[in-house]
Amino acid sequence: MEHEAAAHAEHSPLAQFEIDRWIPIHVFGIDASFTNAAFFMVLSVLLVTWFMMAATKGQSLVPGRLQALAEAGYGLIAGALRDNVGPEGKKYFPFVFSLFMFVLFANFIGLIPFTFTVTSHIIVTFALAFFIFIGVTLIGLWRHKLHFFSLFLPHGVPIFLAPLLVPIEIIGYLTRPVSLSVRLAANMLAGHTMLEVFAGFVVALGIFGFAPFLFVIAIYGLEVIVAFLQAYVFAVLTCLYLSDALNLHKH
Amino acid sequence: MTDDKPPQPSPPERDLGEFGNRLRRAQEENSPPQGPPGNGASVNASGLGAAFRIATELVAALIVGGGIGILLDRRLGTRPWLLLVFLVLGMASGILSAVREAKRMGAGS
Repeated sequence: MEHEAAAHAEHSPLAQFEIDRWIPIHVFGIDASFTNAAFFMVLSVLLVTWFMMAATKGQSLVPGRLQALAEAGYGLIAGALRDNVGPEGKKYFPFVFSLFMFVLFANFIGLIPFTFTVTSHIIVTFALAFFIFIGVTLIGLWRHKLHFFSLFLPHGVPIFLAPLLVPIEIIGYLTRPVSLSVRLAANMLAGHTMLEVFAGFVVALGIFGFAPFLFVIAIYGLEVIVAFLQAYVFAVLTCLYLSDALNLHKH
Repeated sequence: MTDDKPPQPSPPERDLGEFGNRLRRAQEENSPPQGPPGNGASVNASGLGAAFRIATELVAALIVGGGIGILLDRRLGTRPWLLLVFLVLGMASGILSAVREAKRMGAGS
């Protein structure tokens, strides 16, 4: 009976998100095992590193395929920083670019069958978003000192509304890491679950399975777009938060 | 992005400054028709993405407001009241950021 239940669980559409401890490591009672999530995070970091090194090795004036790809990515993030933050944003380009590439590669690796999608786990995206949040807040505090808190009082608001508006603005500020992480994780989770559910229909329907099969192909195409778009949105919103910290609403 | 410049078969012309000038000129010639919609609009182009962005904004603000309310209630012992107050504030904050997002999109396109 138990065996049957386990076999059944393996075919659940959510089974793909399960975390396996590949190399159990316990440090002072803390479970720091090397899991499949850890493996795929390391894999995306290695792949990004390999990609950038291979792309910039030739450094020809007329770029080849790989170099053109890397330059397109550079142009995308540099453009987003220029449009949203301004010339000051250039300093933070390495941070935003590594963030973008990591999320992008994690998303794309997750689209390969039988891999694990790191970004579908909210704890991973929340960790990223939380460090962005802390970093951006520190940058703003360091840049503007106490004047930074004027971010919580919109310009030109009558002073008697301040007791109502300041808590609302503070909640809005605290919401940023939550919405940033929930958006990415929910997109990945929903897309992959949908793919697996419809793939299950293909098998269950037998000869009529071609209809959901076509649907799976369409969804897969959509997922490729979503994987790129969510990585880009993640980077653009980081730029926006950075811009708020640096420019304090003066757009 | 815009690397479809005319081929320049001139190997002796290895001067980088000269090449940079020519590249810039070629890009400027090419960019007005394809530049602006290529960069800023790629996020706005997907209505699905935009809708999802605003929806998560609303939900996340509500979660954060409720969370702050529960934590403060537990700390101060005012069981239901602060939760209610901060849920309303969270809702307001979510709507505010959704409106801001929508405004920003309207300004961008």
